Amino acid sequence: MSFSRRQFLTSTAAASAASLIGFQGASAAEPIPIASLLDLSGGLDIYGKPMIDTMTLAVEEINAAGGLLGRPLKLISYDTQSSMQLYTQFAQQAALKDKVAVAHGGITSASREVVRPVFDRFKTLYFYNVQYEGGVCDRGQFETGVTPAQTVEKLVPHAMKKWGKKVYVVAADYNYGQITSQWVKKYVTENGGAVDAIEYFPLDVTNFSSTIAKIQAAKPDFVWSALVGGAHISFYRQWAAAGMNKSIPMASTTFAVGNEQIVLSPNECNGMLVCYNYFESVKNPENTAFLERFHKRFGADYPNVTELAMGTYQGVKLWAEGVKKAGSIDRMKVIEALETGISIKAPSGTVTIDPPTHHCVLDVHIAEVKDKKLLLVEDFPQQKPSDTAAVCNLIKNPNDNQQYVIKI
Amino acid sequence: MDLAALLGVQVLYAIASLALISLGLAIIFGMMKVINLAHGEFLMLGGYAAIEANRFGLNIWIAILVVAPIVVGAIGVVVERTIIRWLYGRIIDTMLATWGLSLFLVGLTTAIFGNTTVGLSAPLGSFEIGRYRMSAYTLFVIAVAVAALAGVLAALRYTRAGLIARGTMQNGAMAAALGVNPGRVYAVTFGVGAAITGLAGAVLAPVSGVFPSIGGAYVAKSFITVIGGGAAIVTGTTSASILFGAINQLATYATTPVFGEVALLGAAVVLIRVLPQGITGRFFRRSL
Repeated sequence: MSFSRRQFLTSTAAASAASLIGFQGASAAEPIPIASLLDLSGGLDIYGKPMIDTMTLAVEEINAAGGLLGRPLKLISYDTQSSMQLYTQFAQQAALKDKVAVAHGGITSASREVVRPVFDRFKTLYFYNVQYEGGVCDRGQFETGVTPAQTVEKLVPHAMKKWGKKVYVVAADYNYGQITSQWVKKYVTENGGAVDAIEYFPLDVTNFSSTIAKIQAAKPDFVWSALVGGAHISFYRQWAAAGMNKSIPMASTTFAVGNEQIVLSPNECNGMLVCYNYFESVKNPENTAFLERFHKRFGADYPNVTELAMGTYQGVKLWAEGVKKAGSIDRMKVIEALETGISIKAPSGTVTIDPPTHHCVLDVHIAEVKDKKLLLVEDFPQQKPSDTAAVCNLIKNPNDNQQYVIKI
Repeated sequence: MDLAALLGVQVLYAIASLALISLGLAIIFGMMKVINLAHGEFLMLGGYAAIEANRFGLNIWIAILVVAPIVVGAIGVVVERTIIRWLYGRIIDTMLATWGLSLFLVGLTTAIFGNTTVGLSAPLGSFEIGRYRMSAYTLFVIAVAVAALAGVLAALRYTRAGLIARGTMQNGAMAAALGVNPGRVYAVTFGVGAAITGLAGAVLAPVSGVFPSIGGAYVAKSFITVIGGGAAIVTGTTSASILFGAINQLATYATTPVFGEVALLGAAVVLIRVLPQGITGRFFRRSL
């Protein structure tokens, strides 16, 4: 039988129309794509690997409960390999190719400031779940990590009361280290102390011998460390090798975030003080249940769930609550839902979004490093992000889009 | 006064670590004229060999001083026999081949050990210089560097094997005519250079930690030292290390580690402009 051209066209059109009907029906359970941009290799993988694990668990838990709005979540994980270039590239890819409903990621403040404009430009909701130096004021973004007003402001007076008033600061040489060291100086001075000196180190420096000599010459009461990354672990090693950890104590806003207390021997870091939102030793029913589920999923011998990993877990859960309240994954609707002050009961305590700043009100604890574990020393419940609140009000100025930097 | 002594020890340490990482390359590049861009990876492999041996229960000194050089020396011999052997005299091709080798080694190590920094606690504790404390391990590094330089010098000058090696490097065909197997000499020399590099990597592992891409931090400084040193192996490495190590450490102390590196590079640029053949192209000319 010969098919005329007209008959061929008609039958093909009918067939494709029929198949499209079936396709429409299938899209009701189409997954919601969400992206993670984390360093899973390179010098910063000590931070990224626990974060992707908790994010995976969060997504699996949401999907096991039926997904969001009847749709499962699909986690697209990008390994940015500790490279800024890949952050930009993958941010664009997540926004344009995958068209994700939300992106969680960025570890260093440098990476956050690199992807923030990309996500703003392409109107993709972005969650930055890492403790940082504060001040980001951007309506398209939410920060769930602790800021200096929540941690440094508590740790400085505690350390000064315990050890003394002279401080020597060593910090990583990029925006986080530079800004955080200014906050440390501010709080030290406000509490009647003095900062001997602030030294900055690029992320790949491993030779700290002359700095250790200078610290010994300055004779501070304690050292404050805002060092970041795998290479800077050698500072703690060289410090202990010179025997200094027995004579000058140390406080830090970055130690233990990469599980350094497990990599180093107890002799090298016992006695250090840190201050974060989450520790595995926080006692509440959510945390006990979370750790049980986490260890069942990832093994009972998993080293330690870090602050950043919990921040990521909490960030995903907060976003999920926002979607449920908004009834949609549309960016503005979810933002407005989150801005009503959504709160969740998380393993670290209650986490509430602070609407004018898009930061979170969080429980904070000071802990001491002891024998590869972190033991709680002092608790501060429900701390507000007052440093960012002093300069940022997204309700009055919804078009504000910058990072405010403290000036001393 | 104490500060001067402390600074003196630190300068010696900087010189020693620079000499250690460059000595193996001085043998491979200086003697054999092979541009080995995988030099940093040999250092990294030495570090991993020591750390893994220590993790399996071996005494840390044996891991650093015995296991690492043997393992990396063996790898060096294998590399020479499989890759370098075919490329003598072809400098650009050797560069390409060793560059590929370095990428391969980085990838292999990442696949086996992962990308996280691993390390060893520095043994030996600390000692006091007046008011200051320093890690006693720095003295150990200085001692190893001196021993390595002395050992290579002694081997080249006073042993028959050293004489054969020097002769074969000067004129392989003549050495073959006199009954020496040049292929075997090349392989062993390359292996010895790799072994010394492995030792350097292991010795420095407790100081800076080891991760697969740490080679990149060392390879540039080693090449600068070897080229700045000139044709003589031991004298050249020693003199260039003294010059660059001292400048680096003093600049680091005066300012920051970043400027310390800048000062080292600046000194290298000036040196090569003033002495294009390296230090031993003009001074200590006939030495080893």
